[in-house]
Amino acid sequence: MSVLVYTESEDGSFKKIAHEAVSYAKGIADAMGTSVTAVSVNGGDASELGKYGASKVLEVSNDKLNNFNAEAYADVLAQAANAEGAKVVVLTSSANSKFMAPLVAVNLEAGYVPNVTELPSSTSPFTVKHSVFTNKAFSNTEINTEIKVLGLGKNAYGIKENETSATTEAFSPSLSEDDFSTEVVSVDKATDKVTIADAEIVVSAGRGMKGPENWGMIEELAETLGAATACSKPVSDMGWRPHSEHVGQTGKPVASNLYIAIGISGAIQHLAGINASKTKVVINNDPEAPFFKAADYGIVGDAFEIVPQLVEKLKEFKAQNN
Amino acid sequence: MKILVCISHVPDTTSKINFTEGDTKFDTSGVQFVINPNDEFGLTRAMWFKEKQGATVHVVNVGGAETEPTLRKALAIGADEAIRVNTPATDGYSVAKQLANVVKEGGYDLVIGGRESIDYNGGMVPGMVAKMIDANFVNTCISLEIEGDSATAIREIDGGKETISTKLPLVVGGQKGLVEESDLRIPNMRGIMQARSKPLHVKEPIDANAETNTKAFEKPAPKGAVKLVDNVDELIDLLHNEAKVI
Ligand SMILES: Cc1cc2nc3c(=O)[nH]c(=O)nc-3n(C[C@H](O)[C@H](O)[C@H](O)COP(=O)(O)OP(=O)(O)OC[C@H]3O[C@@H](n4cnc5c(N)ncnc54)[C@H](O)[C@@H]3O)c2cc1C
Repeated sequence: MSVLVYTESEDGSFKKIAHEAVSYAKGIADAMGTSVTAVSVNGGDASELGKYGASKVLEVSNDKLNNFNAEAYADVLAQAANAEGAKVVVLTSSANSKFMAPLVAVNLEAGYVPNVTELPSSTSPFTVKHSVFTNKAFSNTEINTEIKVLGLGKNAYGIKENETSATTEAFSPSLSEDDFSTEVVSVDKATDKVTIADAEIVVSAGRGMKGPENWGMIEELAETLGAATACSKPVSDMGWRPHSEHVGQTGKPVASNLYIAIGISGAIQHLAGINASKTKVVINNDPEAPFFKAADYGIVGDAFEIVPQLVEKLKEFKAQNN
Repeated sequence: MKILVCISHVPDTTSKINFTEGDTKFDTSGVQFVINPNDEFGLTRAMWFKEKQGATVHVVNVGGAETEPTLRKALAIGADEAIRVNTPATDGYSVAKQLANVVKEGGYDLVIGGRESIDYNGGMVPGMVAKMIDANFVNTCISLEIEGDSATAIREIDGGKETISTKLPLVVGGQKGLVEESDLRIPNMRGIMQARSKPLHVKEPIDANAETNTKAFEKPAPKGAVKLVDNVDELIDLLHNEAKVI
């Protein structure tokens, strides 16, 4: 009756969220007096997952699963859950997890709660806290089904080491043609850029930047910090930046360790989407901008002066601290 | 082609979020309700199919009578008929069960929902419906083309996008990109007048128990005041030594 956790890989190595998901699963397993079984599909070096508390890793290797396919991956996970007699299945908030989790839940007749922020406050009845109203509130929700599916919120639990020796086992799910009735024809992904989903630091800019021609300094700041770039909604609506950079309530959620907002006023819809970030910095020339109420640190001033200074000083700082 | 657009009735994005009845219920007093933004992109794409390729567009909501103005708005935007399943939306699963039943009975080819509703952020209803009716499913859909019974969809993934080829019947979880912000329609007088005489069917629910229930809501702890700094050296120092994020 172990806790099953889906561990996501990219280019043959586990993503950080896989480490976080295993850490979280271990927390639940401890509370329930059981162990963690990880499922890895064409994944990285399985022994690595032991470090975060996995006792067993089910390794699936199948060329048909090289591209993510929600239907097939959901079947893999459900079959693994059944084989293990798992009572809890942990996924994350990645695009792929959110795609497959509802399918897994229906398959296992399990109640599903996404955006979970903490370990369950009780495992019987099973009660978990998760964010709702785009981070404006939390709900303590009870799951009434025998099996529970949880989607761990972004950056909500952190990576916790818990050295366990993990055994690995090959797992061959039975997949049918029906599992492949949606087919990925092409993937378009910038491999050299940090994504908003994975980034520890996000540098975000708004209409205060005046025009797309001024984004050079934003990109340079992001590069200096190893950060992803993001923007406010009007900036993407006007085509200054791609839609994929739009963050906020109607765009992508951000839950990074550091969020730097430059020339963004801090409208309620913007703040809702980025509020789960741990430390927020605002740079804005209007001291009345609402973002100052939501931020941890702020500089009142002209972005066109401050950002280049920040880039220069950060480069010096990085040179000294590396 | 028969299209069903699932419409979630949600508090406007500027709403203050408060709770009543011992923090177990969302406080709707003074709150304006709207079509869930992700669903509105889907509805607008459905209108495109109707006008360019010929399709009938139905909208559906699972909820009490208070959601009817939201359905009327969808009719004013151009949907042909509306269905309200007369039961409170208690959790994602029970809503999906009701919707799956509507889809089965109505024989829809394409079901468009939103990636998530902006109230409970569940993001589960479209996927669950798809699984329940054994249809194909594409989530975070930012482009959708249909030719005969073939569909080409683009899905947003972390850090990029991918193109998916699949077949009807299909369920999508949509968002901005399905149409652009500038394509969204504000109902005009004629649309509003016509909407009054379009059918809004009230359908009694089937049995569907919730799998989850809210015990209590809570609000985030109040935030401390911002620390204003005068120069970037100070900022870097605080980020490094105090916040420990660089
Ligand atoms: C239904 C709905 C959903 C929405 N969803 C989202 C969402 O998901 N994400 C989102 O971002 N918005 C969203 N919005 C829009 C939101 O209400 C705001 O309009 C938007 O966030 C404002 O973007 P901004 O801060 O870039 O621009 P503005 O509000 O115009 O702010 C620009 C800021 O830049 C500052 N500034 C100007 N010049 C300088 C300078 N030289 N140096 C420093 N600062 C400068 C100004 O003081 C100002 O504070 C939504 C709106 C609605 C109605």
